[in-house]
Amino acid sequence: MNPFRSYTSRMTRPTSRKLGTFSYLPEMDAARVRKQIEYIIEQGWNPVIEHVETDRATEHYWYMWKLPFFGECNVDAIFTEITACRKEFPGHYVRIVGYDNGRQTQGARIVVYHGDRRTN
Amino acid sequence: MNQGGYNAGVHAYRDTYWDGNYEPIDTDVLACFKITPQEGTEREEIAAAVAAESSTGTWTTVWTDHMTDVDYYKARAYRIEEVPADPSCFYVFVAYPIELFEEGSIVNVLTSLVGNVFGFKALRAIRLEDVRFPLHYVMTCGGPPNGIQVERDLLNKYGRPLLGATIKPKLGLSAKNYGRAVYECLRGGLDFTKDDENVNSQPFMRWRHRFEFVAEAVHTAQHETGERKGHYLNVTAGTVEEMFERAEHAKSLDMPIIMHDFLTAGFSANTSLANWCRRNGMLLHIHRAMHAVIDRDRHHGIHYRVLAKCLRLSGGDHLHSGTVVGKLEGDRHAILGWVDQMREDFVYEDRSRGLFFEQNWGSMPGLFPVASGGIHVWHIPELLSIFGDDSIFQFGGGTLGHPWGNSAGASANRVALEACVEARNQGRDLEKEGTDILEGAARNSPELAEAMKTWKEVRFEYDTVDKLDVATGEPVVQQQGGRGR
Repeated sequence: MNPFRSYTSRMTRPTSRKLGTFSYLPEMDAARVRKQIEYIIEQGWNPVIEHVETDRATEHYWYMWKLPFFGECNVDAIFTEITACRKEFPGHYVRIVGYDNGRQTQGARIVVYHGDRRTN
Repeated sequence: MNQGGYNAGVHAYRDTYWDGNYEPIDTDVLACFKITPQEGTEREEIAAAVAAESSTGTWTTVWTDHMTDVDYYKARAYRIEEVPADPSCFYVFVAYPIELFEEGSIVNVLTSLVGNVFGFKALRAIRLEDVRFPLHYVMTCGGPPNGIQVERDLLNKYGRPLLGATIKPKLGLSAKNYGRAVYECLRGGLDFTKDDENVNSQPFMRWRHRFEFVAEAVHTAQHETGERKGHYLNVTAGTVEEMFERAEHAKSLDMPIIMHDFLTAGFSANTSLANWCRRNGMLLHIHRAMHAVIDRDRHHGIHYRVLAKCLRLSGGDHLHSGTVVGKLEGDRHAILGWVDQMREDFVYEDRSRGLFFEQNWGSMPGLFPVASGGIHVWHIPELLSIFGDDSIFQFGGGTLGHPWGNSAGASANRVALEACVEARNQGRDLEKEGTDILEGAARNSPELAEAMKTWKEVRFEYDTVDKLDVATGEPVVQQQGGRGR
């Protein structure tokens, strides 16, 4: 048997669409998501929750869930907001962004919920 | 001002160009040279000669010196220091009035600082170790066309280093096969692929064909992965007109980034291309072919930290920095010294990192350091720990050499990088736990497991030719010679 393997990415396969940093790792469970929220808070960045329909994922501007949580240092509080966002938009991608106002960039951006991509 | 009578003949340089009491002012361009003199020459005289020959002076007095204010325009050697552990040479510090240099012209600065003086017969060797560009001069230069933050926004990539690979074999592929290699890398998870520096427009692959097949590869991979991708299209050419034609075509194909070799093509071409990129919203990757001719000898030439500073002023969004991995502690510090000059707003004087002056970059954007050459998945924990997020890692052989092909190689690198970023964010120690982190990630990625098997224990560790001078900073001649500011 030839030892070579084909790479499995396909145009027709929704899971071949990637969503930035960490999208090549297994989807994050709650414990891993919380660790990344902790990191964003430790860096002093402003946590923001954003969500979008799965067919608009490549666009720059997703919907903002409320406003950025300026100065929020409580991981539970952020996680509660993510859960509320997921509940209201079960078909959407949900990401958490750490906005670094000092350097005017996004220090971290992690898609934490993949909507119904896995089933469609 | 009447300077007294004209007295023809040869006078000691030190009478005019040595001033151990001089306190540099904020607007001065400051330079540190490492000088290896001929036997029997006095240090202050040599130092003064270097200041003279790189500014207003010539070997003999001329009557026209008296038609201007030489004391205002002349450079001054103001400080001499020992080179630690090397009695064959010494450091000379020279201050140049800012008026000696045309605004925004790195060409003009280098023509003075490393011009005729480098062939001066009283010197066995001379090396430009560092330059302090005053903020006043920095403000006259265009700098990086986009900078790190803007590039991240354009490419929509945050919170990790970017990944690239140089397409190999570097010469001989047809344009269509070359595009295939690009597509395979990008669909596997790389952000960029790169033309090799000597890929220009040879008979086996003319530039226009390459650009068009590569554009299709980039667009297909973007469509397939949903991520923004780029290929550094090398627009370096035999003439500047040809360079701009290639750049325009890259833009018309909706490509985000082009590439240029700043030393072989020259600073004028580079600055013009950077200006074009700024006007046209294109990213600019800078390669450094020929740098080792200039910077490798410890006693002669120009240190790479100076070339890197000059490139930031001239313009570029990426610049090759060296990889650091497998190097000695001192060399690691030296590389991180010039990486700071690429990325930071303000860099302090720090002799332990080879930085002879502080440097204020004001609001000039920073550029991405590129670590490329001889690196593979096993190096990723160390690379991330050293360079942090604002960097680009390029694995050529480490992508294309994967037993299952480019996509598998690309995917292996992306998985390894993301696993290391996640671990770092969780507070884990990358350099101590690197193997653990990679092995954990490989459990979910057969591509990574295969890559780790392939390159286990492959290292490129040679002794460094250009070692950092371990400096004490103690002046031996004039204590009162001022520091940068």
